[in-house]
Amino acid sequence: MFDSLSSKLQGAFKNLRGLGKISEDNISEALREVRMALLEADVNFKVAKEFLARVKEKSLGDEVLASVQPGQQIVKIIHDELVTLLGDTNAKLETGGNPTCIMMVGLHGAGKTTSSGKLAKLIKKQGRQPLLVAADVYRPAAMDQLETLGQQVDVPVLALKGEKDVQKIARAAMEEARAQACNVLIFDTAGRLQIDEDLVQELIDLKGLIKPQEILLVLDAATGQEAVSVATHFDEALGITGSILTKLDGDARGGAALSLKSVTGRPIKFVGVGEKLDEFESFHPERMAGRILGMGDVVSLVEKAAEVIEEDEAARMEEKLRKGEFSLEDFLEQMRAMKKLGPLENIVGMLPGGDAALKDADLDKGQAELRRMEALICAMTPKERRQPNILNASRRRRIATGTGTKVSELNSMLNKFFQMQQMMKKMGKMQKMMAKMGGGDLGGLGGLMGR
Amino acid sequence: MGLFDKFKAGLQRTKEKLSHEITRIVTGSPKLDEDTLEEIEFTLIGADLGMPMTQRILSAVRDSYESQGKDGLDVLGVARREIAASFTGGVQDLQEQDGLTVVSMVGVNGTGKTTTTAKLANRMHAAGKTSVLAACDTFRAAAVEQLKEWGGRLDVPVIAGSYGADPAAVAHDAVTAAHARKADFLFVDTAGRLHTKSNLMQELEKLHRIIDRQEKGAPHEVLLVVDATTGMNALNQAREFHKAVPLTGLVITKLDGTSKGGMVVAIHDELNLPIKFIGLGEQADDLQPFDPGQFAEALFSE
Repeated sequence: MFDSLSSKLQGAFKNLRGLGKISEDNISEALREVRMALLEADVNFKVAKEFLARVKEKSLGDEVLASVQPGQQIVKIIHDELVTLLGDTNAKLETGGNPTCIMMVGLHGAGKTTSSGKLAKLIKKQGRQPLLVAADVYRPAAMDQLETLGQQVDVPVLALKGEKDVQKIARAAMEEARAQACNVLIFDTAGRLQIDEDLVQELIDLKGLIKPQEILLVLDAATGQEAVSVATHFDEALGITGSILTKLDGDARGGAALSLKSVTGRPIKFVGVGEKLDEFESFHPERMAGRILGMGDVVSLVEKAAEVIEEDEAARMEEKLRKGEFSLEDFLEQMRAMKKLGPLENIVGMLPGGDAALKDADLDKGQAELRRMEALICAMTPKERRQPNILNASRRRRIATGTGTKVSELNSMLNKFFQMQQMMKKMGKMQKMMAKMGGGDLGGLGGLMGR
Repeated sequence: MGLFDKFKAGLQRTKEKLSHEITRIVTGSPKLDEDTLEEIEFTLIGADLGMPMTQRILSAVRDSYESQGKDGLDVLGVARREIAASFTGGVQDLQEQDGLTVVSMVGVNGTGKTTTTAKLANRMHAAGKTSVLAACDTFRAAAVEQLKEWGGRLDVPVIAGSYGADPAAVAHDAVTAAHARKADFLFVDTAGRLHTKSNLMQELEKLHRIIDRQEKGAPHEVLLVVDATTGMNALNQAREFHKAVPLTGLVITKLDGTSKGGMVVAIHDELNLPIKFIGLGEQADDLQPFDPGQFAEALFSE
């Protein structure tokens, strides 16, 4: 299942099998590959070096299991070590203090303001009363931006436009919080360079005044080697309590997460995965480790699929699969369910090796084709959908004209459908066998993959 | 602190990191064996220089070692020469047209497109040219206000639509307005978008199509704004944007920090795009033409 890194490692370990134990000599070539992979994923070169030294120590003397390939075994050791290093899942926000104060800090353009809005939404959902405080007194219209976000998530915003004194803003915010009975204050501070002493001092002063329970460093997932310097400086100056990794919906491998964690030792609490205000999730070390190593994110995909496809629907579909009664109606339903999963590229991107596959595949074409298929099925009568074999030439002509396509297009769609139906039948049988053997239940997902 | 000093001061830090590390590796080993070369390799990759450039520098170092031996070997000098040689274009400014020159600013979220747009308008203003700004980021909260505020400060007209409006419609109006005002430049500030989102990339293509329909050959300049702190992903960004809307150059922002954007070398190496400007701060005049010679010199100077 592992892709490129793993296959490179297989090469490095070709001669290792049967040796019994992993030794210093035979591991070094493999670790070279790993180091390269880590650097390509933007893990800081010093962090990578230290990390691999630890991996080496751990793996030395490990028995080479006869059952698995040594390459995979090393990948597993590295993966596990990465997960351990990346830390806890679901690190909770500190909620002590009355009110709770949260400071958002970071470089320019990391996504502090957007993350503040997302965090406010989350806190509100948890039943607390957040107040957004616009403490960015430098960037033009930063306060307007926070106000707009506040409106979108229905959270009050304190924005003293024209006020350049952060301390005054903070004091006003405390009063406002009392007046509006808010119990969580989120301070959206201005972006600044970690080496800008004056501006960092401003943060230290703000910290002194509001005594925040949380100081969250917001970092762009695409940050390169620089992540170490950023994290070190902010942590030394402020003592950050955690961090938020943003723009993870891009294709950056996110090695910065490892740099961040290993420098500060503080948990990564949340990740931003989109421009919409609910695209904000808890951090999952497992997924991040997989991403850094280029192993895909199957867990997320499965979770997403589970979210979208309701259980009884899945059970019903399975039943149909088993009986081989898969009709065009079901086909339409499944196509729509798949749409709910998001754009094809997102789905494929989550599969191992998907990133590589994406480079060549013309997914837009696939997406367009799905849309046409949907249109074609929608133009059929319910009876036709249930019994596609009644589709004679005149019916086919009607559908083609109705959808503005050609009969040949409808024919090729139907051919695909019939092929699929055959496949589904086979899969249904297979599933039955597997169920008898006590194997895993493919359920709705089995159907999903078949499409 | 003057602009040049700022750039140099910033570069000083990268340089220390990079050349210090390399010097340490080279002086630490009596022979230039494979292990030493490997350490140098990792250091260069670690500076975000990218794989092809790293390999080129390494093989040049190897050649130099074979011909001159360890004593005559100047790893930093070799690296400097290789980097300088890779930038062929020299210092480049915007390609000005006879009539209106349309410049589109594109990039992922938070790289500094709006600020750079304002800085460019300011630069043109200083050169005695007139500009119009088009606020085509109709998605991000307060993006229009941000550009309008810049427009107010610099006394440059800003054409904007409402939020959620079609950016292509705003651009269409902006081209008309720029003509009506007989402006020399129209700077189109587009919304930040991740290069992996095909629908958003299509939106950008459409935006450019509409501009081209109204003004043949426009946008004349398409500048990708890249954050200097970005790592290897910058190359993916450049690749994908270049595929969607052929770029004419890059602007590297936030170079006043400690990061010196080694990935610039990687991007230039692969896509052969000139780096036109560098951003060095939050003020309107913190924008400078990119000087490849200076860059290479400073990156590896002792």
